[in-house]
Amino acid sequence: MNYTEKQNAIIEDFSLFDDWMEKYELIIDLGKEIEMIPNQDKRDEQLIEGCQSRVWLKSNYKDGKMFYFADSDAIITKGIISLLIKVMNGEEPKTIAKEDLFFIKEIGLQEHLSPTRANGLVEMVKRMKLDAIKNY
Amino acid sequence: MKETSQSRRAVQDIRSQFPILTQKINGRDLIYFDNAATSQKPSVVIDKIKNYYEKENANIHRGVHSLSQEATTAYEQARHKISSYLNAKSDSEIIFTKGTTDGINLIASSFGELLNPEDEIIISAMEHHSNIVPWQLLESRKKIKIKVVPIHKTGEIDLEAFENLLNEKTKLVSITHISNSLGIINPIKEIIRKSHVVGAKVLIDGAQSVQHEKIDLQELNCDFFVFSGHKVYGPTGVGVLYGKSELLNIMPPYQGGGDMIEKVSFEKTTFNVLPFKFEAGTPNIVGGIALGTAFDFIDSLNFEQCQVHELELLRYAEAQLNAIPTIKIFGTSKNKTSVISFNVGDIHPFDIGTLLDKQGVAVRTGHHCTQPIMDFYQIPGTIRVSFGIYNTKDEIDLFVAALNKSIQILS
Repeated sequence: MNYTEKQNAIIEDFSLFDDWMEKYELIIDLGKEIEMIPNQDKRDEQLIEGCQSRVWLKSNYKDGKMFYFADSDAIITKGIISLLIKVMNGEEPKTIAKEDLFFIKEIGLQEHLSPTRANGLVEMVKRMKLDAIKNY
Repeated sequence: MKETSQSRRAVQDIRSQFPILTQKINGRDLIYFDNAATSQKPSVVIDKIKNYYEKENANIHRGVHSLSQEATTAYEQARHKISSYLNAKSDSEIIFTKGTTDGINLIASSFGELLNPEDEIIISAMEHHSNIVPWQLLESRKKIKIKVVPIHKTGEIDLEAFENLLNEKTKLVSITHISNSLGIINPIKEIIRKSHVVGAKVLIDGAQSVQHEKIDLQELNCDFFVFSGHKVYGPTGVGVLYGKSELLNIMPPYQGGGDMIEKVSFEKTTFNVLPFKFEAGTPNIVGGIALGTAFDFIDSLNFEQCQVHELELLRYAEAQLNAIPTIKIFGTSKNKTSVISFNVGDIHPFDIGTLLDKQGVAVRTGHHCTQPIMDFYQIPGTIRVSFGIYNTKDEIDLFVAALNKSIQILS
């Protein structure tokens, strides 16, 4: 699947639920699946301090593609990170830097990426893109 | 605790005056439990703002035309209303500000000018960042020293430690009346009395108290008292600084501009009398007037009955929350207003707050601008519910059900 197809697949998964609580149950389950950075491997430079929750992000560039590892102290934040990673992992830096991340808005999670939410996610997406640009 | 039909009717009557309470949030009835952040506004306040712009708008203190005169009168009447409600000695001791933060900054800046290196200011470990950072800025500007009174595990202030910190170098004690994150009520009368013995002045941060406690400034005998309009049913962007006139008179102006001057020339400018000396520029006129209306509204309430109601909500919610085994409440003193700060097991407060919001319950999560308290309890933050006069036990039942559902999903 390409970048757009991956995003469309997530939108489809979420369209199965009408109820907000069910959507969040899915996000929480995704949060539990995420490939985390073990505590002993966490570095200060990976930390993105939000007002509410904190996020750690590690980016790897391998064979022309980007791979991300991340963690958060809040499970909902973690679930959203896991969605972002699903879409962005294994993509070329150029795609990540240039293509639109439209699924967040489509599934109604844009509030988590608004600056007022203060959960570190806005900064994280920015950093994911910047790390991609470095290898572009 | 059973609600009488009489008290239920009284609350319903109050609720009907707050239009926002009929709003739907995420398809559900709004349950607003974030009153410590800001209160909702009654129709009289909302109508006053609308009416002012439709019929009364003019600049004040300068125009000879009728509209300007009327606006000036309304603004000064609001000042008088607030002054008499709080029992200040004179209207000129009531200075309109942007809010609590603005008031504290004014004092730090102006009263701070009168301080010398090595002078000491005492604050407490439970202060809002607004009552910490202005003093830190002053500390680096004037080389004064900040002393911090610790708190006990219950959230109560350590009075013995406070007395030990007081000395002849203490020039100001700046302390919150009620903790915004824990709801603890401080024994401010005792603190004021003891501070005055060593000659220190006292600033009370009343951001969380005017809406819950009857304030008598002359009886309290504090030197400064600050609060925000938006937490007492008034609009945002307006607040009050009360100061004893003998102090305000010797303090230098905070900001320069229109209204605060008596005469301006390039050789020498002289300043206006109180309260105008501290009100540079066109003020938040409609804010001041509508804040006066908010105090009319408070005056129309049976305040004691409201206090009893809020306390009943607090006890009822505490009992329900304590029945959930993984819940830990922070700030366990009995001397509290209707605020409960808590966490659930290892669940991050942000997660609970997000799921409560999806069920129509508005709470606050995070450190509540009191990071030192969170460090003290070694937690990233809490979930804070804070009740107002219009909340009900039915809403608490719905909140507890929503909380239980959130816990179930997150565990």
